[in-house]
Amino acid sequence: MATVEVSFTALPAHVRTARLVALAVARRAGVDDDLLDEVRLAVGEACSRAVGIHQSKAPEDPVVMRLIDEQDQFTVEVVDIGPLEASVSPGDLDLDADALAAPAPRDAGSDPLPELLPPGFGLAVISGLVEQMGVTSEVDGTHVRMTWPSHDVMAPTAD
Amino acid sequence: MDLSLSTRTEGDRTVVTVGGEIDVYTAPKLREQLIDLVSSGNYDLVVDMENVDFLDSTGLGVLVGGLKRVRAHEGSLRLVCTQERILKIFRITGLTKVFPIHASVDEALSATD
Repeated sequence: MATVEVSFTALPAHVRTARLVALAVARRAGVDDDLLDEVRLAVGEACSRAVGIHQSKAPEDPVVMRLIDEQDQFTVEVVDIGPLEASVSPGDLDLDADALAAPAPRDAGSDPLPELLPPGFGLAVISGLVEQMGVTSEVDGTHVRMTWPSHDVMAPTAD
Repeated sequence: MDLSLSTRTEGDRTVVTVGGEIDVYTAPKLREQLIDLVSSGNYDLVVDMENVDFLDSTGLGVLVGGLKRVRAHEGSLRLVCTQERILKIFRITGLTKVFPIHASVDEALSATD
């Protein structure tokens, strides 16, 4: 059973809340301080991706984030209802710098430019960031799991 | 912490000072700001990210969009950033090859390459 489970409406505004909760539980679980920025970014990427998928496919369904504190590791699992998109394979983030820096048409105006970063970019960022991560397609949707080492934290003692 | 944005003119360049968190929720505000600047004729931008606390791939996408828009007018978009946690995502994604990244606003303002 997850130590903490958060389910939230698929809105961008709630991604920050999810990051903050994950960060608080990670700290409590004994994840090293110098890994916390990584936790925050990876959880943000996973939740942003899930929110995007839900908004286009099932805006009514909540995104689920499970935080699991085990003996010597801390795992975050983000579940969305969508199928797994073709993801950029880990370590294959060699974006075409020239294409990215190419000028937009002058008449682009305020229209959103076509998708600038490839689909699967968020997942690729996670895989570049987190040593232990996995993505699986299951009956209830896609699960993104990220695990960090942790150490037992002694209960705070009263001074 | 939300996103804070302010702009000022320095010679022929425009400095956009960004603070707070650039994520899937706040990135549209930064995109609007960059679009407004370009459509009002500011094509040489310096985005000061020293007070940015968090940046994700949505934010990167907005910066790439800004770069593409200024390039359409032979302009430039330079970043100011020395924070390791922010630089890390540029390195992971290879975007250090796309953006000139400077250690200070002064350095970005005088850069000509």
